[in-house]
Amino acid sequence: MLRSDVMVAFAVMTAVTVAARLGGYWLMGYVNVTPRVRRMLDALPGSIIVAAALPVAVNGGPVVMFAIIAAIAVTIIFRNDFIAVITGMMVAALARGFGFGG
Amino acid sequence: MTAPKLIKAPAYWSGAAIMPGVIAIGPMLPGTLAFGMAFGALCAQQHFSLAEVEVMMAFVYGGLSQFVAVQSWPDHLTVSSIATLALLTLTVNIRFALMSASLRPWFGTLPRWQAYPSMLLVTDGGWLAATRYRDHGGADAWFFVGGGIVLYFAWLVAAIPGYLLAEQLTDPKKYGVDLAMPAFYAAMLVPAWKGPRLAIPWVIAGIVALIVHWLLPGWWFIIAGALSGAACAGLMEPPPPKHGHTHE
Repeated sequence: MLRSDVMVAFAVMTAVTVAARLGGYWLMGYVNVTPRVRRMLDALPGSIIVAAALPVAVNGGPVVMFAIIAAIAVTIIFRNDFIAVITGMMVAALARGFGFGG
Repeated sequence: MTAPKLIKAPAYWSGAAIMPGVIAIGPMLPGTLAFGMAFGALCAQQHFSLAEVEVMMAFVYGGLSQFVAVQSWPDHLTVSSIATLALLTLTVNIRFALMSASLRPWFGTLPRWQAYPSMLLVTDGGWLAATRYRDHGGADAWFFVGGGIVLYFAWLVAAIPGYLLAEQLTDPKKYGVDLAMPAFYAAMLVPAWKGPRLAIPWVIAGIVALIVHWLLPGWWFIIAGALSGAACAGLMEPPPPKHGHTHE
């Protein structure tokens, strides 16, 4: 069953998301990649990661913060993203299982 | 002055990078599947049909934005409530614009009909893995596209068991599902570390994101923080080369 009003809402959300995905790439076609722009682009991955994850970690409470620290520690030791994700999820699941909130 | 580190090969297509690309997004799969399942469960609780869920997975294709939208889904869809959903989606997904912008120096030499469809596959995980590959000098476009296609189909499939098992998955936090994405992010930060100087923009990004998160409702903090970090990096002049030493 596909409700038509829901499909309209999905279509609008899709249009916005596609515009974001294509728009950034399109706009960069008009930007001259000087050394300065290059430095900005190079700093983008780390900046997006920190900007997206830090407020979530800070507001997520001690369990979330501890799980993220555990994921970072495991990455430094093993250099393996897979182990890091599993560790982060397991630390949070276990801590909550033992009754810690957040 | 030669700067060989800045000169990277233009994009090309060779099947040789498909498997490495798929392997690189491998660590994303448990988180993507868990997130997709949790989303399917949420949709079942919000009385969406499975067909509707799959349409949303396939077309909107932005996990966090879908989650946020369905959580705040209005009882009655009106022009204004749809506009609110659109704005919500935009604030969560505008980071994709920054991500695709950063892929332009790599994909820009490809014909448009190849480059633009590739950008439809931009996701956090796929983009991060491709960025790291590019940092190491990679240029094969299949690395990004191959990994991106696998992530797309994993996402499509993941909602189905979640939807059907909704009763058991009412609290995804119990399984640490909400940590999948932050943990992956944190893990990607470690190899990106290239000394304290290059981490200054990250600190600025973090501070601005925290401030905006406190001041403004919604998800503006991601784009505000990310842009501030990039602007900071643009304003920082590279250190002058030391006399007599030319190691690097």
